[in-house]
Amino acid sequence: MSNVNALVKNVGLPRIIIAMFLLLMFCAGPFFGIPTDTSVDDVLVRFGMNGVLVLSMIPMIQSGCGLNFGVPVGVVAGALGAVLSLELNLTGPLGILVAIIFGLFFGAVFGFGYGLILNRVKGDEMIIATYVGFSMTYFMCMMWISLPFQNPSSLTGYGGEGLRVTISVQDYWGGQLSELLKIPISSHLVIPTGMLLFFALMCFLMWGFFKTKVGTAITAVGSNPEFARASGISVDKMRLISVVVSTMVAAVGIIVYEQSFGFIQLYDAPRAFAFPSVAAILLGGASINKANITNVIVGTILFQGMLTLTPAVINSAIQIDASEMVRIIVSNGMIVYALTRKAR
Amino acid sequence: MNKRMRYILVNSAVPLLFILISAVAIPISNFSGMYLLSEIITRLTRNSFMVLSLLLPVMAGMGINFGLILGAMAGQIGLIFVTEWGILGAGGLTVAAIVGTPIAILFGWFAGNVLNRAKGREMITSMIFGLFMSGIYQFFLLYLCGSIIPFSRPNLILSRGYGVRNAIDLEVMGGFDNLLKVWVNGIAFPVGTFIIIGVLCVFTWWFRKTKLGQNMRAVGLDLDVSGSSGIPVEKTRMQAVIISTVLSCYGQIIYLQNVGSLNTYNGADQAALFAAAALLVGGATVSRATVVNGIVGTALFHLNFIVMPVAGKNLTGQAMLGEYFRMFVSYGIVTTALILHAWSRKKNTDSARAERK
Amino acid sequence: MAEDNIMLKLTGVGKKFDDVAVLKDVNFTLEKGQIMGLVGENGAGKSTLMRIIFGMNVIAETGGYDGEVFFDGNKAAFTSPQDALKAGIGMVHQEFSLIPGFTTTENILLNMEKTKPNVISKVFGKTLETLDMPKMRERAAHAFQTLGVNLSTDELVSEMPVGHKQFIEIAREIDREHVKMLVLDEPTAVLTESEAEILLAAMRKIAEMGISIIFISHRLAEITSVCDKIVVLRDGVVVVENSTAGVSVHQIADWMVGRESSADAVAAKRHEEKGPSGSDFVFEVKNLWVDMPGETVRDVSFKVRRGEIFGIGGLAGHGKLGVPNGIMGLSPAGGIVSFDGKEVSLNSPISALNGGLAFVSEDRRGVGLLLDEPIDWNICFNAMQVQGKFLKKVLGVVPIRDEKAMSACARQYIEELSIKCTGEKQLVKQLSGGNQQKICLAKAFALSPSFLIVAEPTRGIDVGAKQLVLEALRRYNRENGTTILMISSELEELRQTCDRIAIICEGKIAGVRAPETNAVDFGLLMSGEIRDDVEETA
Repeated sequence: MSNVNALVKNVGLPRIIIAMFLLLMFCAGPFFGIPTDTSVDDVLVRFGMNGVLVLSMIPMIQSGCGLNFGVPVGVVAGALGAVLSLELNLTGPLGILVAIIFGLFFGAVFGFGYGLILNRVKGDEMIIATYVGFSMTYFMCMMWISLPFQNPSSLTGYGGEGLRVTISVQDYWGGQLSELLKIPISSHLVIPTGMLLFFALMCFLMWGFFKTKVGTAITAVGSNPEFARASGISVDKMRLISVVVSTMVAAVGIIVYEQSFGFIQLYDAPRAFAFPSVAAILLGGASINKANITNVIVGTILFQGMLTLTPAVINSAIQIDASEMVRIIVSNGMIVYALTRKAR
Repeated sequence: MNKRMRYILVNSAVPLLFILISAVAIPISNFSGMYLLSEIITRLTRNSFMVLSLLLPVMAGMGINFGLILGAMAGQIGLIFVTEWGILGAGGLTVAAIVGTPIAILFGWFAGNVLNRAKGREMITSMIFGLFMSGIYQFFLLYLCGSIIPFSRPNLILSRGYGVRNAIDLEVMGGFDNLLKVWVNGIAFPVGTFIIIGVLCVFTWWFRKTKLGQNMRAVGLDLDVSGSSGIPVEKTRMQAVIISTVLSCYGQIIYLQNVGSLNTYNGADQAALFAAAALLVGGATVSRATVVNGIVGTALFHLNFIVMPVAGKNLTGQAMLGEYFRMFVSYGIVTTALILHAWSRKKNTDSARAERK
Repeated sequence: MAEDNIMLKLTGVGKKFDDVAVLKDVNFTLEKGQIMGLVGENGAGKSTLMRIIFGMNVIAETGGYDGEVFFDGNKAAFTSPQDALKAGIGMVHQEFSLIPGFTTTENILLNMEKTKPNVISKVFGKTLETLDMPKMRERAAHAFQTLGVNLSTDELVSEMPVGHKQFIEIAREIDREHVKMLVLDEPTAVLTESEAEILLAAMRKIAEMGISIIFISHRLAEITSVCDKIVVLRDGVVVVENSTAGVSVHQIADWMVGRESSADAVAAKRHEEKGPSGSDFVFEVKNLWVDMPGETVRDVSFKVRRGEIFGIGGLAGHGKLGVPNGIMGLSPAGGIVSFDGKEVSLNSPISALNGGLAFVSEDRRGVGLLLDEPIDWNICFNAMQVQGKFLKKVLGVVPIRDEKAMSACARQYIEELSIKCTGEKQLVKQLSGGNQQKICLAKAFALSPSFLIVAEPTRGIDVGAKQLVLEALRRYNRENGTTILMISSELEELRQTCDRIAIICEGKIAGVRAPETNAVDFGLLMSGEIRDDVEETA
């Protein structure tokens, strides 16, 4: 019995409940006409698509800036990179590479400004991050309309103005990572090896980053800023670095998402990425001031698994589309739970 | 004198800026003064009650109550049931308020409990909690209404047989507005609604002078000192949230009776954003807000809201640009106010330290 | 002395925190309308005693207290400060508990507002009664009159000078109906001389109204001038309960610190053992000011010899802790600090650390440690960030943590300082206070400092660990010849460990003495009764 208690304590009750639920859904799927390989395929693809975005939470949580509700700042940076790559008419591996390079560049620039703001509002980072993210989204909406983009496949047709709401990247660099080294298992299950490997690479880089001198200093700043200051570390500088890194990784994350999805989503769309990424890492066991790569992997699998499987199974079982509701309740419930937990 | 002038100027910088923007944008938009005046009156009717419901949590030091979506949902539930029961006019609205009140109190009580566990990050928590409860609200309306809770009117229920429809025409439309409606120079003044808003203004003004209001001010200014002087801190904060939630329930009812149709599932999404932006445009801050801020802010914010897209279109020839600019300004104003607040709080602690020297 | 004339009576009061006795068999009585001076060194038990009388939650949470407290003829068993307030005890703390955004009137009547019923309040209850501002202003004005100060009833407290805020606090306490006894904790510390005189006069006036006062102050002259009787606490015991008639300041200081103590002998012995330290001054501080909340340093100058252990003592709140925090760049500071002939730039922790200084903070959990990280991180972090130790290069350029070297270093210190733990990967928050303190020392040692500053090294740790920590310091000094600056509120500990001791009073150095110096001398220095005009350099 004490073993069970220890297990529950180590793994955490929310994770156990969600994992059991997922397992149930996996088993129930075939009875409602959803083959297991389809389920596995869905979860794998969604995991690969969202993993890097969730990974981008780590630096800011570790440096004590809290949950990065300002993910949209990185998302628009990535989208800008993607659009620019299209503008240069680049296709294939070069296309996605250039998109990522541009994305990293704008991620760094936007992240720098975002970080400067967050350094001035210590203690209120989360609400301000949320609003900075939303403001940035609408600022970029104006940019999507007014910047002089030329590529006809990005532009609105029929005499409209500015970029399309969704731009297809199929003819450019869609699936460049997902299709790479893909392993077809069955007609419904294809392992997107390239995308998963890319996620693994990003995880490795993140792990390595926190092994460096700077990464160690960032962890200390998040753990106890006074301690770090007494050790001669510039707290503001470390926080700034963490915000820039978070934003840059988010920019890469959205490009990974787009190449798998096949479309670049502009305008209001970046808003939608703020809360799910936060919820995923919390579901993985992170708290407001501590997160690691295991949290990212576990959280993304559980969260995306729940989002893909639950609606599919419920839908075919009782003909109700509950996906939106499940997403709202679970993701926001998870965040409220984390916010009301006693810090330290 | 000089210092006092500067104080006033600094505190009304935001409203002045908005007056300036309007002064530039109105001529470009080509709207007539009469049209704008009637629009402002409509917007005041619709929105000022909701904006004023934000005042008490600010006073209690909990910042902007981004969770007023909770009250809005309670009000919407009230309106749905009134429509089902077919009660019309002001009486229907009153019944809607009576139905909504206990729900709002319950939601407010939940929110108060949650916020008392998240001291120092009330704003983000109230926002996320509001989103969380909107999931529950959806579940209630989409699955329980029409199945477990019987509905007789088919035009309320989705064609599949249960779940409330996405858009509902409210038969109680104009219930308050049409009470004592007065026409002056072709502009309609909904005196009935204005009286209700006036009552809330008086209530808020009076409330500040009560013992409970004084407790709330004290808790808002210093949690620890208030606690050690025997003021029940958590209970006071809870009362502020509950009152705010109930008021926002009424606010949503007043808003919807003017609009006339209910967007069941997304109608309240932007309520908190626009209410907060309006209050802040009126010169309020996250820690200090008055009735005047609320009324002036509502008028100014919505004036800009009307003028800006058209001015933007006339200026650039692009319709959507003004649309997005409007959203950017709404979010931007809230963001800026939050940043300034966090910043000035930090400066205050610094100057308090300097004083001790 | 009739029994009914007694306001407060303590019989056999004792208190233990985790088996450490802080108060032992405390007895005294306070008559109605009497002013009692309560004096004692830091840690003598004054604050614990006040907490017991005031019914603070801490006392009940840590197992209550022994003995009995009688207040106004009844046995007092307050379970919260609210009970004590209701019974008629008012307390003015050292830290202000005022709301800056409120006016003087609103503050004085905080949560005691005068209200008028109205229609709504009759239905919904008393909390909706409206405030009666004219009546409240009247009460405030009356309280000011009683105190003999001339203050506006409508001024915002945030715009008042510090001295006036103190009067607002006291006005609030005496405005309470049925207030019978006041406790004033260092009320004159923030007042100018003339303000202090007004306050003392006001205290007499209040006492004449039949209200008893317990007056805590380090300024002994104030005690002798205003109090009817004096109670001296030392190590949790009442050593003197006496009328103040004919008592001199010197005598009180003598009672406070005790005449002969074991430390005298230890200090003398230690001095012999050690032999002379170097004759040159290696560390110099000139006109240092530090803005540290609650520990302001106004103007401090001193010099430290190479290889010695230099101690700084003084009462809490007088600035002894400001000195190290200012030198290390943790609190805003000004003045000149030089080490080994090179100036250390202030307000920059990194330049202090680069200059070879290391600091063990008094705020172990707040500043000294990463509680959520393992032991090896804590020990090696400073050395890694400041001196680039425990790093190895990957691909020739990127410096990453050398976990092996960190573990080895941590294990070495765990052994040397006998830190009790399950291994170098254990999280620091799981360790006891004494072991945490050893980790703080190890962290400083890992920097191989040429000058070590240690603040309150034994605060909050048990007796056994105390000796180990002090011994570790002495050994480090002996073996490496490292110069050490030690700040402590425990005089005994300073006298056992240091070669010379400076005492700080009200933000300035009152004097520097050898550890063998008579304890009374130290007592008088601490209370500001003696102040060396010329800085002692010998």
